[in-house]
Amino acid sequence: MEIIQHLLDGFLIAFEPLNLGLVIVGVTVGLFIGAMPGLGSVNGVAILLPLTFLVPPTSAIIFLAAIYYGAMYGGAISSIMLGIPGASTAVATTFDGRPLALKGLADKALIAAAIASFFGGTVSIILFTGFAPALASVALDFGDQEIFALMLLAFATFVGLGGDDIPKTIFSICIGLVFSAVGMDIISGTPRLVFFDITGFLHGINFLVLAIGVYGIGEMLWTIDSTRGNPSMSKVQISVERTFTHMKDVLKEWKPAWIGSLLGFFVGILPAAGATPGSLMAYGISKMTSKNPEGYGKGEVGGVIAPEAANNSASTGAMLPMLTLGIPGSPTTAILLGGMVIWGMVPGPLMFVEQSDFVWGLTASLYAANFFAVVINILFIPVFLWVLKMPFTILAPVIFVLCLVGGYAPTEDMHDVWLMVIFGFGAYLLRKLDYPLAPAVLAIVLGPIAEPALRQSLIISGGDATVFFTRPIAGPITIIAIVLLFLPLVQLIRKKRKKAREAQS
Amino acid sequence: MRRAELVTAVILAVFSIYLMWKSTELNIGWVKYEGPGGGAWPFWLAGIMLICNIWTIVNWVRRSTPQSRSVEQFMDAHAIRMFVLVGGSVVGLVALVHVVGVYGSVPIFLLFYLRVLGRHTWRLTATVAAVAPVIIFFFFDVAMRIVLPKGYLEPLFYPLYDIFL
Repeated sequence: MEIIQHLLDGFLIAFEPLNLGLVIVGVTVGLFIGAMPGLGSVNGVAILLPLTFLVPPTSAIIFLAAIYYGAMYGGAISSIMLGIPGASTAVATTFDGRPLALKGLADKALIAAAIASFFGGTVSIILFTGFAPALASVALDFGDQEIFALMLLAFATFVGLGGDDIPKTIFSICIGLVFSAVGMDIISGTPRLVFFDITGFLHGINFLVLAIGVYGIGEMLWTIDSTRGNPSMSKVQISVERTFTHMKDVLKEWKPAWIGSLLGFFVGILPAAGATPGSLMAYGISKMTSKNPEGYGKGEVGGVIAPEAANNSASTGAMLPMLTLGIPGSPTTAILLGGMVIWGMVPGPLMFVEQSDFVWGLTASLYAANFFAVVINILFIPVFLWVLKMPFTILAPVIFVLCLVGGYAPTEDMHDVWLMVIFGFGAYLLRKLDYPLAPAVLAIVLGPIAEPALRQSLIISGGDATVFFTRPIAGPITIIAIVLLFLPLVQLIRKKRKKAREAQS
Repeated sequence: MRRAELVTAVILAVFSIYLMWKSTELNIGWVKYEGPGGGAWPFWLAGIMLICNIWTIVNWVRRSTPQSRSVEQFMDAHAIRMFVLVGGSVVGLVALVHVVGVYGSVPIFLLFYLRVLGRHTWRLTATVAAVAPVIIFFFFDVAMRIVLPKGYLEPLFYPLYDIFL
């Protein structure tokens, strides 16, 4: 009952005119960002975060969460219409969305995506409301040892489940952590890693500088390089009558919707997994359990519903560890977490006690964002189709300008803008060689929390590293983290043995 | 691609060694009653980075990753051209901020990008180049009170400051 009371209080905050307005604007902006090929929720949130210094923190996060949410809806639009995913989270949507569009059923696919997103979003917010306070109350007992163990777990999931090249993933994590160490050493109070004695490094490397560099400038360069010619858009017929018949068809497909929603939520909680693998897994399982698996890949509406329900559900799932443990579940929530630190908050379980307005306002606004996203999405389909025709040579320079002012705003130092450009170029080149960059962004946000946690734990224990194994909560977490770290190695050995056995027989 | 993979790994390895060396400016060992010294955390992390780069180089020698086998060009002529033009114009955008400020640099950048790279009409180009700085000014300088750099154009803004700030 307490939860319902909190949630009602939250709705009062979410429905304040400013916040409600921001939800609507955020969802609309998010839908456009998601629909643009090459831009996803993480790019939108990274580039626009500096703009939110104008409003109070609660409103700021409500706005950013609405963008996050809207982008998850929007990603489907270009997946279906252009056949290229609007964001990596909508990759699975192209598998059946594109064939449907080629059959002349683009409107059906778009409606299926919108309704599935709404369903996934709603299920996950209800789960979130139920789980979050319980998890937070457990996490209240966490000490430095547990916090460091959780950080280790977050990074281990990238190595064990990320699926990228392992040395490159670990490199990415470490470079993010080292960049976060630039500036002042908090414990001894001495300057540290001030490269070439440039004074700009004394205030550290703001996470936004790396995030905008990677997700703004780097991403734009990557998209310009990889898209080359203009992709062709499918034709679509839209009428009210067709919309209603499609809606009826879509509402019959409850199974892929449930699979996507539940799987997405739980996969979304894991830091390395998140919406992209969640939606791919949902697609796979929905195909496996379908009565008509042969139809998948050729234009089965269930193949749009499952991944779209999953990616929206995962975006809410990713907020669960961010708010309760202070560990982001996705790169986008890592940037939200960084934003919370800038706004002067301490992310973690204490927020449920000390900043309960903030937490519940955000939770309630997710319900609102979900509602507005589906309405705006369906009403604005024609507008999105028109915008998708906009040439990239207009969008790209505008984004570069936004990166410039966005990179300058947090610290008001041109040094950071130059650093951002260097990071952007570096990110583009490294990405061409398949270096994963999301771990670095997560690491630069978590570094300032992980390092003191490790050092204080070691001071308390007098240098005894076994504290991470012997404490009742930290122990199991550390062990899971280590298992995850070595998971790829075990898989490799098993593969080799299997090969050797096959060769023998 | 194969050559780029090796060159990148070597450059990053050298960078890791530089970071390790730079970390030793602070104590990287155990300080009594203070725990690990200030340099320990970045030092060991940079050490792991170095190991990862060596690992990547070993993979390269054994040709066990897709990049180390790829015969594709790392950047073809089109990619290099785009990178030089787009990257160069972004560097120009930031460099010009030091001279003519954001409000001089942004229109110049937009004019160049839309007209030269995008081949859009003069009407569209001029509209975007004129509207963008106005929106930025009202959002950042006026609403958020973040005074963006004006370079040598600062005096032109005094009357605007009097009205809006």
